[in-house]
Amino acid sequence: MKSLEELKAIREKMQGQVSMRSEDSTQTRVVVGMATCGIASGARPVLTALSDYVQSKKLSNVAVTQTGCIGLCQYEPIVEVLEPGKDKVTYVKMTPEKALEVVEQHLIRGQVVDKYTISAEGRI
Amino acid sequence: MMTELSLNVLDVAENSLRAKADFIQILLEINSIQDTLTIIITDNGVGMSEQQVVQAQDPFYTTRTTRNVGLGIPFFKYAAESTGGRFSIHSSPGKGTKVQAEFKLSHIDRMPLGDMTSTIYTLITFNIHVDFLYTYIVDDKSFSLDTREFRKILGNIPFHEPEVASFIKEYLEVNKMEVDHGKTY
Repeated sequence: MKSLEELKAIREKMQGQVSMRSEDSTQTRVVVGMATCGIASGARPVLTALSDYVQSKKLSNVAVTQTGCIGLCQYEPIVEVLEPGKDKVTYVKMTPEKALEVVEQHLIRGQVVDKYTISAEGRI
Repeated sequence: MMTELSLNVLDVAENSLRAKADFIQILLEINSIQDTLTIIITDNGVGMSEQQVVQAQDPFYTTRTTRNVGLGIPFFKYAAESTGGRFSIHSSPGKGTKVQAEFKLSHIDRMPLGDMTSTIYTLITFNIHVDFLYTYIVDDKSFSLDTREFRKILGNIPFHEPEVASFIKEYLEVNKMEVDHGKTY
């Protein structure tokens, strides 16, 4: 059995160096729909992939969070990117692979991946 | 329709979160002698009235305003009952809700359990202010993950800190392996 001893070691190591990630106004929010419609369409791996990529690329200014049903169930999994001072971008029918592209193109380089947005679906 | 039972668990636990629960217990028990797989999700959220409990099992009822069907609970109920199993919800307003689903383990229509580790990991690391008690039992072996114990050790270090998050994932994976020896259900 894996014990909690290791957790104590992690605490000792991290004590004092945890930067309190404040949700300030300069932070970009990446929101994944996690209602029944999202989960049934594959939102769970999209959410964890986004979070893993954001962590491994050390994007400390990006917070990945979840929300309920956005009301566009047929386009799930849906990922919204909310950058301060910019229009919301809604990505639809996401997969972990597409999520990686969004992290690299949009979150790192600042270029919206048009082909995955809801407007590319010919709506809105 | 969900493709694996672990997604139903995630979905029902999301209901608990929206019901403002701050402590959610998830119990998964596989009993090969009785040939059952039992999932019990208990929360301390706002709870439901008797009428709401009935409505929650109706696919054409939902509390949300963004659409007018609510399929989460009906999916789970149907998944259990189509194996000859049982499904129940007990709830009281102000106290919380208990959702219980029992499946016939060997039934051909029983959905695979799927990736429970991902479900529990997702719940813990994306809801860092909520406590979870996850218990996994296979016959005479079991393990639990109680985030209240984790919190006691970690103090103000949050569960989504990369090192803590990967410890949680490993803790789930390693202990699961010791309980079920890698057998997939």
